[in-house]
Amino acid sequence: MAVDANSSFFQWVIYIIQNYWPLFLRGAEVTLIISLTGTIIGFGIGILIGIIRTVPIDNNTHILKRAIYKVVNILLLIYIEVFRGTPMIVQAMVIFYGVAMVWGIHLTTFVAGIFIVSINTGAYMAEIVRGGIISIDKGQFEAAHAIGMTHSQTMAFIVLPQAIRNILPALSNEFVINIKDTSVLNVIGVTELFFQSKSAAGNNYRYFEVFLITCLVYLVMTFTVTRILRYLEKRLEGPEVYTIHGSQTVPEAEIKIVGRQ
Amino acid sequence: MENIIEIRHLQKYFGENEVLKDINFSVSKGEVVCIIGSSGSGKSTLLRCLNLLELPTTGEILYHGQNILEHDMSNAVYRAKMGMVFQQFNLFSNLSVLENCTVGQIKVLKRSAKEAKQTAMEYLELVGMSGFIDARPHQISGGQKQRVAIARALSMEPEALLFDEPTSALDPEMVGEVLKVMKSLAGSGLTMLVVTHEMAFARDVAHRVVFMDGGVIAEEDTPDVIFNNPKNERTRIFLKRILDN
Repeated sequence: MAVDANSSFFQWVIYIIQNYWPLFLRGAEVTLIISLTGTIIGFGIGILIGIIRTVPIDNNTHILKRAIYKVVNILLLIYIEVFRGTPMIVQAMVIFYGVAMVWGIHLTTFVAGIFIVSINTGAYMAEIVRGGIISIDKGQFEAAHAIGMTHSQTMAFIVLPQAIRNILPALSNEFVINIKDTSVLNVIGVTELFFQSKSAAGNNYRYFEVFLITCLVYLVMTFTVTRILRYLEKRLEGPEVYTIHGSQTVPEAEIKIVGRQ
Repeated sequence: MENIIEIRHLQKYFGENEVLKDINFSVSKGEVVCIIGSSGSGKSTLLRCLNLLELPTTGEILYHGQNILEHDMSNAVYRAKMGMVFQQFNLFSNLSVLENCTVGQIKVLKRSAKEAKQTAMEYLELVGMSGFIDARPHQISGGQKQRVAIARALSMEPEALLFDEPTSALDPEMVGEVLKVMKSLAGSGLTMLVVTHEMAFARDVAHRVVFMDGGVIAEEDTPDVIFNNPKNERTRIFLKRILDN
């Protein structure tokens, strides 16, 4: 289909979709890969920091261990404050050009993109995970300790599964934000959806039509992601019904033996 | 009788507040000891010190003659030998009833999944909860939760079981089912330390009753003496107040 300056809005939209759909698709792909990888790595960073920042330290802890912990904690706090407190678009510039200048490392824009989204998400998730951990009832820790679990076992098998379940909505939030915010990576030339849209729009001087399509593509991606995560949340809640086995429900059942001390 | 635990000159401060004042106390094998006293008398803190959920400020806790506060034994190893049943049940809410009873066996005692399940089933049967192995804690009633909590503690096959007001958070109609289980356990020769407000239970089941008041053990004796002929004036006042209600 040919279009010219007199073509209608719909004709342009159809024209652009027909001629540029591979561009949109590639852009969406890059956006999804970067935001998904970034969210997962960022979540990992967040869990790690959340665990470190909730290690129980009291007056009975060895003095050296306490000192190390304090230093680590301060470094982590600096990381969180710096990355939460500056715009990702600025971080992208500083990191992409910075590592090249200071260390002579030339990252591809794609790797740089994943790196930036990861550490940015990590800074937010660190506090979310910490909140998730400290919101777990103290009784859960005590019960785990009372059956002889160490702090790491308590975290791994009891507390983290509950905390992660509780912070899934926040994680899904982060993921959606990342899908949208990877668009700022176009400043360092990452070929994500926004970047691709810009070239499609520039080629035809059709900004409204192109970006309306871009809008829809973003919306489809974010909507799908929230649905998937919502489903996951439901799954993690466990089955709503359970089977009662046999008929041993009577507490009056005779008690015969106890303990093999 | 051999002492499982012996406490010497135990003191516990919360900040400036002296909660336990020079406690001396011991429990021997197979003994059922009930600790009674009004709120804030330090009875729960004493029990929690025994499991190191609270660390004593000074004093010694001897476990088979060994002072566990001197780190010859890790806290975790010792705790696995002291079962604990909480007022608020504290069942692991991310695990099913069965998993609640097996997780400690598998992770702490390093038992195989199959062996752990067998042991867990044995004790769940004992407390009458073997039918509910697939249920999640939020799906069962308070009394059922507490019975599962007892099975969880028993599954670790501890040397002694500590009960911290196990029926205080229960609806009145559910108190009976838990006490019944506890009574059977006492009859089977398990060493038990029970902080309780259930005076009838203390009178009928305990071998020894400890009355605590203001952070000290004011009186300890057989239930018969404590309930019928207390020597300490404070014991008498406390019991009168409780039993009149």
